Amino acid sequence: MRRASLAVRLTLACTGGMALLTVAALVGMLVGSVPITPGDLWLAWSDPDRLDPATATILLDLRLPRVLLGILVGASLALAGSGFQGILRNPLADPYIVGTSAGAALGASLAIVLHLPSPLPWLSPVPALAFLGALGAMMAVYRLARIGNTLPVETFLLAGVVVGSFAGAMVSFLMTLAHEDLPRVVFWLMGSLGQADASRVALVAPYLLIGGVALYLLSPALNLASMGDEAAWSLGVDVERLKIRVILAGSLVTAAAVSASGLIGFLGLLVPHLTRMLVGPDHRVLMPASALGGAAFLVLADTVARTVGAPQEIPVGVVTAMVGAPFFFWLLHHRKGLS
Amino acid sequence: MTPPRLQAQGLAFSYTPDSPQVLDPLDLDLQPGSFVGLLGPNGSGKSTLLKLLAGVLRPVQGRVHLGGEDMSRIPRGRLASTLAFVPQDVQVWLPFTCREVVAMGRYVHRSGLGLLDSGHDEVVRRCMADTGVADLAERRITEVSGGEAQRVRIAQALAQEAGILVLDEPTSHLDISFQVEVMDLLSRLNRTRGLTILAALHDLNLASLYCDRLIALRQGHVLRDGPPAEVLEPTLLQDLFGVQVEVQSGPGRRPRIFLVPTEDRKA
Repeated sequence: MRRASLAVRLTLACTGGMALLTVAALVGMLVGSVPITPGDLWLAWSDPDRLDPATATILLDLRLPRVLLGILVGASLALAGSGFQGILRNPLADPYIVGTSAGAALGASLAIVLHLPSPLPWLSPVPALAFLGALGAMMAVYRLARIGNTLPVETFLLAGVVVGSFAGAMVSFLMTLAHEDLPRVVFWLMGSLGQADASRVALVAPYLLIGGVALYLLSPALNLASMGDEAAWSLGVDVERLKIRVILAGSLVTAAAVSASGLIGFLGLLVPHLTRMLVGPDHRVLMPASALGGAAFLVLADTVARTVGAPQEIPVGVVTAMVGAPFFFWLLHHRKGLS
Repeated sequence: MTPPRLQAQGLAFSYTPDSPQVLDPLDLDLQPGSFVGLLGPNGSGKSTLLKLLAGVLRPVQGRVHLGGEDMSRIPRGRLASTLAFVPQDVQVWLPFTCREVVAMGRYVHRSGLGLLDSGHDEVVRRCMADTGVADLAERRITEVSGGEAQRVRIAQALAQEAGILVLDEPTSHLDISFQVEVMDLLSRLNRTRGLTILAALHDLNLASLYCDRLIALRQGHVLRDGPPAEVLEPTLLQDLFGVQVEVQSGPGRRPRIFLVPTEDRKA
């Protein structure tokens, strides 16, 4: 069967993804420990003054920022995962493979345990130090992995493990010193959208926008990178420059996402694979589709996280892994392979 | 349009600073429109030489010139539209369709940012027809046989529409009918479109039948360089591969090589 042209596939994937995301966002606004009716939601949109103040607070101050942050973080992690899997030619690559997660965890633990002040005036200490930690780890991995003018994939993966292990050990050490702050560290490590507010939305949005556009523009070259460095090079792609760009763009969006929400696991690994099964491997379709899919997935997971045990909240990272892992396993088994 | 001349001067290479040199300083001159076969045992430096000439590796010493221009100064895009390289054993890890893989050869000729090029164009179709893979268009590259994948890769290189084609053992995964088919195709491109072709070959008879010049490489230096009749002779081949062969040749005929079976050698 002749496959539909790229433009048709792109339109279908984006329309489908937008529809899914719209449904997820509506569910995220309506469902929770306090149910909201669609009428209230409509009123909040059309005539907010007539809305009951308690409902208005829940909708606009609590749920809206959470849904928005969920969209941004989910899209960021899925995009970074797609990019890293593509450039590293490794189905196990996820956004955290470059050590950004461990670096962010170290930054956040330092802020929580040592009560350090924020070095970035527009951010509170935990996200600010997490962001700087993530960037620091990414730069350490890059410098360790670089050999001359090249960035060999194997060295890069190893450097990620080394930096990740080191930062992870530091986090464990800080946790032994944490005493009454320990639950905060643990909760941060498990990931949550509970701290969502305008400043965190504003932290993630610009990086997602810049990094997302960059990754989309790099997607034709990323397709060629799947042939291996030598073949891609001979087809006209400057592979080394491409690696640096993808890693930089992916790390920036991951760093921003992680610092706003903690470590939300599995999404960045799962969503690119799921999307690839649906839309095929072409990164020009995969990138926008997995961004939309990741956004929808995280908004739904967060709705579950704050609803099932209400008023107690489950960390959303627990939900993404508990739902995602068995589903992914079923899918792999069903489809007999990653392709 | 004649392809530019590909020349190498004093080419030397080693993979790390302290490892032995894979190539001795080596000079080479490929005339536009020639069909050149590169012969030599495993480990003789054939692949390294091809990668240096294709610009995939950078020489430790010496230079490669393309049309008189230092290759290391030519931007990637322009180089890929002048010279196409088919490496050995390319593994594509994502399940692209064969059409998508061939369309990747159009990257250097992409329109705009290449975000909407679909591969449904005339060049892609023709390159797939030329290599006999038109029927595989919608099959996944990860699911076709080694020989089919090899032909798809050659179709991809053709889609670059470059004047120089460098191939590392293009017939290695193919059965004899496709070996002949691929060599016929290369020969046709060489004769009708004036493409310069440089291929590392293991099959001496194919090399003899199709190439107009052969280069025998041993331990990184050129043992002999010339027309098939001058290169394919028993003493040189014995020297090169350590194998006893008989060569049938005559005036106006290309040499044919026969392996002498082990039990006959003592006689």
